[in-house]
Formats: sequence, C-alpha cells, structure tokens
Amino acid sequence: MAYNLKKEMSKPERFVGGHRLCAGCGAGVTVRAVLRALDPEDKAVVTNATGCLEVSSFLYPYTAWTDSYIHNAFENAAATCGGVEAAYNVLKRRGKVQDNFKFITFGGDGGTYDIGFQSLSGAMERGHDMVYVCYDNEAYMNTGIQRSGATPRFADATTTPVGRVSNGKKQNKKDLTEIMVAHGIPYVAQSTFLTSMKDLHEKAHKAIYTPGPAFLNVLSPCPRGWRYATEDLAEITRLAVESCAWPLFEVIDGEYRLTYEPKKKLPVADFMRPQGRFRHCFAPGGEWMIEEAQQWVDQKWEKLLAKCR
Amino acid sequence: MKKAENINENSTWQELTPGCEIYEPGTAFQFSTGEWRTAAPVWNPNKCKQCLMCTPYCPDSAIPVRDGKRQDFDFDHCKGCGVCAKVCPFKAIQFGKGDA
Amino acid sequence: MAKRDRLSGNEAVAYAMRQIDPDVMGAFPITPSTEIPQYFAQYVADGLVHTEFVTVESEHSSMSTCIGAEAAGARAITATSSCGLALMWELLYVAASYRLPVTLACVNRALTGPININNDHSDSMGARDTGWIQIYAENNQEAYDNYLQAMPIGENPAVRLPVMVCQDGFITSHAVENIELCDDADVKSFVGEYQPEHFLLKHENPLAVGPYGISPYYMEAKMGQAAAMQEAKRVILEVGRRFGEMTGRTYGFFESYQLEDAETAVVLIGSSAGTARACVDELRAQGKKAGMLKLRVFRPFPFDEIAAALSHCKAIAIMDKCESFSAAGGPLGAEVRAALYGCKERPVAVNYVYGLGGRDFRVDDCAEIFRALDECVAAGETGAPYRHIGQRG
Repeated sequence: MAYNLKKEMSKPERFVGGHRLCAGCGAGVTVRAVLRALDPEDKAVVTNATGCLEVSSFLYPYTAWTDSYIHNAFENAAATCGGVEAAYNVLKRRGKVQDNFKFITFGGDGGTYDIGFQSLSGAMERGHDMVYVCYDNEAYMNTGIQRSGATPRFADATTTPVGRVSNGKKQNKKDLTEIMVAHGIPYVAQSTFLTSMKDLHEKAHKAIYTPGPAFLNVLSPCPRGWRYATEDLAEITRLAVESCAWPLFEVIDGEYRLTYEPKKKLPVADFMRPQGRFRHCFAPGGEWMIEEAQQWVDQKWEKLLAKCR
Repeated sequence: MKKAENINENSTWQELTPGCEIYEPGTAFQFSTGEWRTAAPVWNPNKCKQCLMCTPYCPDSAIPVRDGKRQDFDFDHCKGCGVCAKVCPFKAIQFGKGDA
Repeated sequence: MAKRDRLSGNEAVAYAMRQIDPDVMGAFPITPSTEIPQYFAQYVADGLVHTEFVTVESEHSSMSTCIGAEAAGARAITATSSCGLALMWELLYVAASYRLPVTLACVNRALTGPININNDHSDSMGARDTGWIQIYAENNQEAYDNYLQAMPIGENPAVRLPVMVCQDGFITSHAVENIELCDDADVKSFVGEYQPEHFLLKHENPLAVGPYGISPYYMEAKMGQAAAMQEAKRVILEVGRRFGEMTGRTYGFFESYQLEDAETAVVLIGSSAGTARACVDELRAQGKKAGMLKLRVFRPFPFDEIAAALSHCKAIAIMDKCESFSAAGGPLGAEVRAALYGCKERPVAVNYVYGLGGRDFRVDDCAEIFRALDECVAAGETGAPYRHIGQRG
C-alpha cells in the first residue's frame, strides 16, 4: 500500500510525550517511526537495551510506551526479546495468549555494535521472529559521548578526545549492517529520517512483518554528542544520506537494493562541517582528514553499489 | 491494580508495585517536560497547509494529529528543540526564544 | 504410585523438569550441569514436553532468555555451573529485583582459577546476595525433591523470587543412586500452573518491566525484595510440609542429625552430610555426643532457627566448601556465627574451609574435626577460629 503520511500520523501514538530524552533527540524520532509501522490491531512487546532511550522512557512510575515493555540490561536486549518471543510461541500453542504480538528491540549503538553484539548475533542466528532496531547515534551518549564501534573516524569523543597528538577516533566505523547481512537473516536494512519518513516507515513495516529475524540500523543523530543546533536534525540526516556517509538500502533474503540514490553525491565534508565533533578536521592542516574520510565513504559506497547492481 | 498516579516519592515501600512494574500504557504522559523549553515553536494555522511534515520529526510526540490535521503544540511535553520549524516547507512554524 | 529407579542427580533433575513440562528453557552446556539440558533436549526431541528449548550462545543469554520469558508469562528454567553462573551474575540481580520466579538448577562447581571442573560451593555462594532463594541437596533424591518444590515456592504471589536448586557437581550430579520418583500426575497437581497476575503478553493491560529507579524509589524497591525473602521462609516450610504429605518426605530449612543432645556438632551443606553422618554414627557408637546440622536453605537464611538448634552445643565446626578470602572464614561460618551471637549460651565455633575443587572429604577428616572440637571444649577456648582442612602443608 502506498505510503500516506496523513494516514500514518493519524494512528494512535505508541510512544507518548513526557519521556526525558534530550530536546531534539534522534532516538525519539526513530522509535515513533518504527512503532507507527505496526498495524494498529497488532500488539507489541518492546525490549530495550540500557541506554539513553531506556533511562529516559521508563523512569518509575512513568513509562512512555503504550505497549508492553521490558528492559533487562545493557548487553542482552536481543536475548531478552528472544525469550519473550519463545514464551509467546509456547503460550499461544497452549491457548494462554490470544492476541497477535510483534517483538521489537531497541538498542543504541553501544548496546548493539559493542556490548550487546554477541546477544544480537545469537538471537539472529537462532531465528527468533523479531526485529532488532539499532538507533545509531555513533557513541555512548548515555554516559557522556564515549567512542563506540559505531563512532566514525576522526570524531571527537570523550574517550577519543582531540589533543595535541590526537585527531579524535583512530578507527573507521564498524559496518554492523554488513555483519548482520552475513547472518543470512531474511531482512536487513539501513535507514534514517528523510523527507516524509517514507523510507524508514516502509523498512520498519517490512522488518516487522517479515517472518523471522530482521535488523534495522537507523542513524539517529544526537545533537549533544555531534554538537550541532538541535533544530538541524533533519538537515543532518539529509546530509548523511546525500553524502553517502549513511546510504539507504535494504537486503531481502541476501538481495541488495538501494532505496535512495543521491542525484548528486555531496562531499562528506558537507555532512561533517555542521558538527562540532569534526571541527578540528576543518582547522588549517586538517585537509588530510577530510580527504581520508572521503576516501573511506567513496570506497564503501562503490562496494555497496556493486552489490546493489 | 496499583496505578502510577498513586505512586510518588512519598509512597511507602508497600505502596510501590512489586519489581517496580507498571500496568498501564503511557504513564509518562502525566509528566510534564514543557518547562525544559528555553525557546518555543509558534504555529501559524493560516500558513499551515496541513502537510504534516513536522509531525513525525517531533521526538516528544508533541504535535497532536486529529482527523488528519495537526493541532497546536502540546506544550506540556514540547521541549523546544525547534526541529519542526526547520522541516516545515511553508514557514508556518516560528521558532524563537521565550516561552509560549 | 511413586516408583523406584536408579538415577544420577542430573538425570533426576531433568526427570523433574520433564514432569513439570515448563514453557521455556534456556540451554547452554557447562560441566558438570551439561547433562541436564542434554537429557531435556531428548525429551523435546521425543515430543514428551511442549517446552520452547532455546539453545542460546552463552549462559548470559540463557538467563536473559529466562528473564524475558518469565516476564512474558512463561515458566522459565535453566541449568548451569561455575563460570556459567558467574557469567549470569548481573542478570541474577535482574531476575530477583524484577521479582521473576525463574528456576535455575545449579550443579555446584569450583570457580576458576586454576580452572577446575570439580565440586565446591564457590559458584552459588558467590551469588548468595543476588536475591535468589537457594536450596541445597545432599543427594539425588533431595535434588529431585527440591526441584519439584522450587516453583511452588518461588511463584507464590507473596514471594515472587527466583530459586536456585543446588546439588554437588559429580558427587551428586553424576553418581547413580536409588531414588523414589513421583507420578507425573501428582507432580502436575503439586506444582500447578504458573499464573502471574501481570505479564507482557496479557490481553487486558500492558506491562512495563525494568524501569530506571531514582533514589526516592530504589530503597523502597529493595525493601520489597527483602520482605519477599522474609515471606519465603513461611512458604518454604508450607511447601515442604505439603511435599511431605504427597511423598512422606517432609522438608524444612535444615536437617538435624543427632543434634538434640549433641555437645559437639558440624554444620555443613550438601553431599558431605553423608560423610559427616557416618562419622557421627561412629562417634555415637563410642559414646560421644556428636551431631550434625545439614543446611538445606541458605537463602533465606534461617537465622533464628539455626541459633535455636545449635545454642546448646559446647563446640561446633562450621564447614565452608568455598573460600571467601575475607581472611576470616567462609560465608556459612560468618552467618552461623552471627546467628549465634544473640544467644545467651552459645558454643565455641570454629570455621573450616574444606573440599575445594573436588578435594575429598573423608570420614577421617570429619573425625579429626570432632577431635579438634573436643580439644576446644577441654581447653574452654576456640583457638584458631578459621582453619583449612584437607590441603597439604
């Protein structure tokens, strides 16, 4: 069915205001978009890794979630969700549960790329009927902007600070989406916020309604960690996509499909420039960093295009 | 069933739910985050074309939609990030310092 | 009709699991508990149970699976030992504080290092403050019986706490002994259905589990947990009595053996009780007033009951099958001494660390301890209150 923003926005809200995410937080936008992709007649159990989203969305006695929700720990959201899904299968067989439930996990990049990776890999390999959504804000934001495996090279994070002999993070960003593709699961996609959210909505819907495990990686900017003005959220994600720093694609049963191709690929510097975490790259003598960042993006982009052809 | 509205920082341990569970949907709505704002969006219904582009971009679900149309901001929960003003294609949302 | 059979401790626990037919099992192998999920996997393969058997990639994920499943409204179980339990550490606290009555079969094994697969209690003793109920078995019969009582205890609405059912690795888990098994139907009615009031998959209302609890709530939440552990004492005795009505085998917090008029006694946990019992018999035959207290329930700790049972003794040896490296003794030693502190008349107490990493504990060792206690009584003083036995040098 064709995407209709009016219709989607008329659905009852499943993530209510009153949570304590920072003003302009990308995670809140991601959660709302993913939950909107649930058919209103379906129920969901949301699992959440420890992180910004978790400490902000369920502070006793205030839950922002209208669906059932479980937070267990930082490193085990996927296994926890797998347990809920296993319980659903058996309780449904035993006639103890009537409703249709969908199982959605949200974890930040710390809880997904790093500490929760084993749990995620195991749950995906076992084939639980669940969606794991990574809201990737490219650092450990909850504890104060420490680098993660998802932090891009040269980013100034509090454990990779820029200094006289340091240019920020030394390593390139781990390509978790590719690693999830390698699990051979039926649906993997990468998305972020673009115009009417059609891309994210459609991917979330496919992820939720594809039987078996699905993984959705959603770039979810953090204005504090990335150091840009809160109101620029949509502009930042647009630049991430238009520069191909964050390509939008999906992989269905191993088949790659580019879901958006920029008409004119922007330099990655356009994406980096508005962000304080890359400020040192634009100081005199920093040109090599921009060049190397561009090389990395180009290389990844070409590889992706080859897979999509 | 213990209700969230009856649980507060003066509750005794017996009045809390076991395991700190909550049995109702969306109790966070009872909590106001409006006072976080240092700047507020102002919606101009005359300029608004009801395209709803602003609505999915609100991290705080503070732009209510009724019958396919956006309403004025939910200022109990709007934190004043200004994202909505930037995404509006029709400049129907002004964003500036001060409270609404 | 109950039937007699010959089973190892692991087989006995797996047999109990089959009879209960739980909803979800998180399964990961670790010596010496590996056989439990193996036996159970065969039950699954043969269609004898309806359980979702989740073959996770670590013990961490097996406990995570159990927590998710139990919160969702399922009866969830797992089994582990040693490093596996250690890997679950954080989640043991989660299960208990979320008040989720997960059942864990712990086959006690030494914790590394050096890495060692044999029995002592350092794994579960390290988890003593995680908020789990801990019940220990002397032999395969008790491992089986305790397992059948775990869910009626943990799932009781006044308790709602996870239960660790412990048996000694290899000594109990792998040794085949005679056992009396209950009928499947009797087990079903004794254990009953798991019917939580609220669960994630409930139709009427959603459930939110696992909030951030700011300081104004945290202490109240912990108080609720502590109160539940108090309640567990009553429920453990109630369930133990009810189990006795079904089987003729009634259970309490501990077993007293020749303790009533004992002047000297050993206090211990698990399979060593058989050794101690033989020693007590020998000493009694010599006319010595020796006795034993075998602790079954370590959490909740039967503080007053232990004090009442031991206060009349002249000297006791409290036996810890683990080191706590406090430089002052083991956990059982500390807690039993604390229980006795309030007694007007109390015995001198020596704390022995013994049997680490599968080190044998023989009748002769036990006799040596009783001799040492006699010396304490004769001298009228404790001497060294913290001792090791069974090691060279």
